[in-house]
Amino acid sequence: MVRKRLGTWDVLVVAVLALVVVASSVLVDGFATSRFWGFLLLDVIPIALIALPMTLVIITGEIDLSVASVLGLSSAVMGQLWLSGTPLPLILPLVVLLGVACGAVNGLFVTGFGLPSLAVTIGTLALYRGLSYVVLGDRAVADFPFSWTGTFIEPLPGTTVPWVALVVLGLAVVFGVVLHATPIGRALFAMGNNDQAATFSGISVAKTKFWLFVVTGAVASLAGFFWTMRYASARADNGAGLELAVVAAVLLGGVSIFGGRGTLGGVLAGVLLLITLRNALQLADVPADTLTVVTGTLLIISVVGPNAASMLRDRLRRRRPA
Amino acid sequence: MTTATKPAQGASPPRARGDVRGARRLFVIRELGIALALVLLVAVTTISNSRFLSAQSRKDLMLGATILVVLAVGQTIVVITRNVDLSVGSVLGLSAFATGKLFLAMPDAPIVLAILAGVGLGVLCGAVNGALIAIARVPALVVTLGTLYVFRGLDYSWAAGQQINAADMPSGFKRMGTAVVLGVPVLALFAVAVLLIAGFYLRSYRSGREMYAIGSDPDAARLSGIPVGWRVFTAMTVSGALAGLAGVLYAARFGTLDAAAGTSIELNVVAAVVVGGVAIFGGSGSVYGAALGAVLLSTMGAALPVLRIDPFWQQAVVGSLILAAIGLDRALTARIARRLRGRRARGA
Repeated sequence: MVRKRLGTWDVLVVAVLALVVVASSVLVDGFATSRFWGFLLLDVIPIALIALPMTLVIITGEIDLSVASVLGLSSAVMGQLWLSGTPLPLILPLVVLLGVACGAVNGLFVTGFGLPSLAVTIGTLALYRGLSYVVLGDRAVADFPFSWTGTFIEPLPGTTVPWVALVVLGLAVVFGVVLHATPIGRALFAMGNNDQAATFSGISVAKTKFWLFVVTGAVASLAGFFWTMRYASARADNGAGLELAVVAAVLLGGVSIFGGRGTLGGVLAGVLLLITLRNALQLADVPADTLTVVTGTLLIISVVGPNAASMLRDRLRRRRPA
Repeated sequence: MTTATKPAQGASPPRARGDVRGARRLFVIRELGIALALVLLVAVTTISNSRFLSAQSRKDLMLGATILVVLAVGQTIVVITRNVDLSVGSVLGLSAFATGKLFLAMPDAPIVLAILAGVGLGVLCGAVNGALIAIARVPALVVTLGTLYVFRGLDYSWAAGQQINAADMPSGFKRMGTAVVLGVPVLALFAVAVLLIAGFYLRSYRSGREMYAIGSDPDAARLSGIPVGWRVFTAMTVSGALAGLAGVLYAARFGTLDAAAGTSIELNVVAAVVVGGVAIFGGSGSVYGAALGAVLLSTMGAALPVLRIDPFWQQAVVGSLILAAIGLDRALTARIARRLRGRRARGA
């Protein structure tokens, strides 16, 4: 039953996405061009990237609001390292290590000290963003070599699809397989449904969650690296507020905020829907503030929708004679 | 647990009362701790620069804390019921801009009308949040994350790039922003009044106590006949109303208004509440603690430059304070739990 309801929500999101694409192709000038889709995919990459581990985190019933700050800190540290003459091939692993460390701090507070992840990551959201200002202040480092910054927005030969989008797709397949086809994935769902039951069935809840936060930190720092390369600018405020867009996309994709429910395919559809709608409206000259309203409304609909649907279904079923 | 308490039933009531008193003492210590940190901060800063406590600076400190205290009081009521309101910054922005618009349209409007309009707008926003949470049964975190976007977006499209200048505000309203009674700014008196009323309500009214019951265990509260949905709706509406009031105070204090007023202040509000010892998962804490947390945070913001610490450190310090506060609370509750269990075991 649960499975069936999930399926319908996924299908609904994909259907709405298709509707938005078709409607915009007809109504919005320049939407159906491959150039627009190239830019759209570049916008999708950071959010889609962070949404992958975030999906897993939310399915276990936790949340990580510090991801955008990890992205910003990675960007700031990148800028500082570059200023001090570190070569970029060395900066990349250092930045990922930084993300691992940030994630480990989150994981330690949540699983080691048993604190609620919501409170912990609101704290580290402020802490990591604050540290990125400490590292770089309000300066911007923008003299990265074009041989690097150009590479990251390079499309696949003969298309406008950025090659990084394929890497993200590959990662999405890995996360999808782990979540839906391995014992680890089933353990994540079990934890989200009932921590204690999961513990009693032999799952090491704390250890799994700790590593999940570490992976989230690492992926967020990768997104920070991409962000810095894409905009060719390292700033302390890079990606500020992005955590809300990521959470919105994940929930829109049908993941339950209470944990235990959701699919990775649904989340990808959610990310695409959010960004496509936003970019299409932007292209149609809808002012940026209306976009904010749309994002917020989508987020609310994404949680009210399934709830209202299941309430309605329950009522209908009760009315029907058993 | 139940097997351990049963044999001791006859003797347990007086003991239980002693335990509760012990627990309460620990919470008082928790609030005293923040007060002590605040005194320490002020003392160190004053030693470094004696002008930190001059009359003008004292006034600035109080004004700086006012808005955060008002918001923290509303947030406390919400957090106690195991919810959260992330939309307060956007409601503040909306209400502040509305106040400016009101005075542009009616320069002679009485101040009371501006306050009523701001609070009314806040009530409306809070009621939207509350209805979504209580009727559609959607978690507050998600709803208010959504309305954070929606209210701010409405604010921006209403303002359409317009900025309202202090010169456009009637002088009476501006005077309220700077007036001082017995050394205390009038605006700060609003915060004190809000704090005392909310504190008295939560402590002494049945519905106030029910807020704590809901936060401790929503299912148990429902089973014992508490109208959980209605109470949560009320809490969200009160938080909206106070954010609306904070918007009017913001307009009175700064005069110059655009649609960005109060952006991302919600983070500082949640920080103040958590630092003030209100448990993020509900059921415990007081508005006084939260207000102390708000004063501590805003005073720290003012003290860092005086102490010649790079202002870029401020946000990092706020983050560390949140982590330290929730860590400390965890240690305290673990200690209380151990103490309660220890006495029970001995009683058995």
